[in-house]
Amino acid sequence: MPSIVVNKYPLKRLIDEVGPVDQIAIEERVAKFTTRSIKKGSKIQGLNLAVSMVDLTTLEGKDSPGKVQSLCQKAQSPDSELNTPQVAAVCVYPAMVKHARKFLGDSPVKIASVATGFPSGQYPLRTRLQEVKQAVKDGTDEIDMVIHRGAFLSGQVQTVQDEIAAVAEACGEATLKVILEVSELETYDNIRAASFLAMNVLRSNDFIKTSTGKTSGNATLANNQVMLEAIRDFYLESGTPIAMKPAGGIKTAKQALHYLVAVKETLGDEWLNNRRYRFGASSLLNDLLMQLRKQDQGVYQAPWKFSDASSGY
Amino acid sequence: MSRIPVTKTPKAYVGGKFIRSESGRVFPLNNKRGQFLCNIPECTRKDTRNAVEVAGKAGGAWASRTSYNRGQILYRLGEMMEARAEELAQAVAITGAVTLAAARREVASTIDRVVYYSGWTDKYEQVLGNTNPVAGPFFNFSVTEPVGVIGVFASDSPSLLGLISQVLPIITSGNSVVALASSTNPYPAVLLGEMLATSDLPGGVLNILTGFRDELLETFASHEHIRGLDLSLDVDGKKQAEILAAESIKRLKVREQENTRYWSSEKAQSVYAIRSFLEFKTTWHPIGV
Repeated sequence: MPSIVVNKYPLKRLIDEVGPVDQIAIEERVAKFTTRSIKKGSKIQGLNLAVSMVDLTTLEGKDSPGKVQSLCQKAQSPDSELNTPQVAAVCVYPAMVKHARKFLGDSPVKIASVATGFPSGQYPLRTRLQEVKQAVKDGTDEIDMVIHRGAFLSGQVQTVQDEIAAVAEACGEATLKVILEVSELETYDNIRAASFLAMNVLRSNDFIKTSTGKTSGNATLANNQVMLEAIRDFYLESGTPIAMKPAGGIKTAKQALHYLVAVKETLGDEWLNNRRYRFGASSLLNDLLMQLRKQDQGVYQAPWKFSDASSGY
Repeated sequence: MSRIPVTKTPKAYVGGKFIRSESGRVFPLNNKRGQFLCNIPECTRKDTRNAVEVAGKAGGAWASRTSYNRGQILYRLGEMMEARAEELAQAVAITGAVTLAAARREVASTIDRVVYYSGWTDKYEQVLGNTNPVAGPFFNFSVTEPVGVIGVFASDSPSLLGLISQVLPIITSGNSVVALASSTNPYPAVLLGEMLATSDLPGGVLNILTGFRDELLETFASHEHIRGLDLSLDVDGKKQAEILAAESIKRLKVREQENTRYWSSEKAQSVYAIRSFLEFKTTWHPIGV
C-alpha cells in the first residue's frame, strides 16, 4: 500500500490544498476581457462606476497636510462640471490620517491608511500592530496592510497567517485590506495560495489587494483574475464574500473597464460596487474624468484641464 | 528560379512605431492606369487620439533639447533621406502622377528643405526674439516658446515636398506634430516614417497618419490637446475647420495652394513659417537692481 505522501514543505502543501493555477488558461482568459465592446450608455455607466471605486492614493515621502487636503477635495468633488459620484476613499500614510479626517469630517468618502511597515512589512510585529491601532484611533476607516513576503516564500505560512489574524483583530471595526504584493510572490500558484491564506482569517467584505505600487511589478489583469477566482472559490466553499482591490499601474479608463469586465464575468453583479471592488490609483481618476467629459462634450480633452498635468504640452 | 515576391505592408508611423489603423481598415492605392499597388491604412479618430497622446508626451522633451541638438537631429534626417533618395523618388512617382525625373527633383528639393530648417533651429530665436525699447528703466525681452501639439494635413501634391515643407518649420522650434499624409499618394510619407525611425528624432515628435481628410477633419479641429493646425484644405473644409478650431482657440493656418510650383519655390521656405507656431513671451526686468 503506498502511503499518502504529505508534502513536508508548508508552502507546497498549501498550494496542493487550494489547487494550482493554469497559467496559459488564465492569460488566454484575460486577453479576451480586453476585446469586449463597451459603447455609449454602458461606457458612461462603467466610467462612473469606476470613479466610485477609486481609492484616491498619495503615498510619497513628500506628502504633506496640504497635499492631503487637495486630495480630499478632489475625492469629494472629482469634477466641477460633471455629475460624477464621489470616490470610495482616500488612501494615505498613517501620519496623514488625522489630517485627512479633519478635511473629510463625516463625509461618506472613507479614509484608508497603509500600515504594518508599508511597503516592505519588514518590521517587528509589535510596532506593526501599534501602527494599526494608532491609525484606527486617528480615525481611519480602512487599513491596508502588507504581508511579510519573505516569511511566505521561505515557507513560514503559518506565521504569515497568524500575523494577518493579529492585524485583523487590531483593526476592530475598520475594514482590512491585505496586500499580497503579487510581483514578489513570483508565481500564480503562490498568488492563489497567499489569497487563500489571507481569506481564511478575514471577515466578510475585508479585501485582498494586489500590490503596494512600490515595486516594479503591479496589478495586471492576469494576477487580478487569479485573485478573483480565488475569491469565487472561497465564497462558494465558505459563503464568506471577500472584496478585491487591484492597485498600481492602472492608469487609464480603458484598463479600468477591462478590470470591471473581469469582475462582472467572474464574480457577477454582487461585486460591482465599491463595497466589494476598488481601484488603488492616483492618476486613474483624471483619465476617467477626461473620458467622461469626452462623452459629455463630444470632443477629445486636453490633459491640462485636469488637476495633475503640470506641463502645457 | 522565380522567387515569391516580397512586398512591403505600408504602415502609419506613430510614437516611433509602425502601426496599422486600430480599425483594421485599409484603402487601395492604384497607379494611373488603375492597377493595384498596395493597401494603405485608413486611420481613424482613435488613431488620431492615440497619436496626439504620444505627441503630447514626446513634445516636452523635444522642446527642452538644446536648439543646436535639434538642428543636428534634423540634419541627420536629411542624411538618412539622401542615402535613400532614389527609393524616395520611386515612391513619389509610384502612382505615375509625376514622372520619375520630376520626382527626383522633388526629392532633392525636399532634402534641401530639411537641411534649410535644420540650420534655423539655433538661429530663429535671434531673428524673431527681441529686446524691446521701452520708456522706463527696464530691460524688455520677447522670447519664443513652442506652442505644443500641432495637427497637419499635408498637401496632396507634391506628396513628399508638401508634407516636409509644412512639418519641418513646426518641429524646428520644438513643437510636435500629428500629420495626415497626402491621400492621393501617401506612399512617400510611409517611406519617410522609416527614415524618421533611423534619424534620432525621438519617437512621437513627428507622427504620420494615412487616411482621408473628410474623416479626420472634425477630430483634428475639435481635439483640445491640439494647439495649432496647418491644413491643406478646400474652401468647404476651411469653414468647418474655422468653426471647430475656434471652440478650443487653436491657431489655424489653411493652405489652398496644393501645387508643385508653389511648394518648390523660395516662398515656401522661410523663418516666418517657423513663427506661425511660436508663442511669444515678453518679460520686464528692472535695470540696475
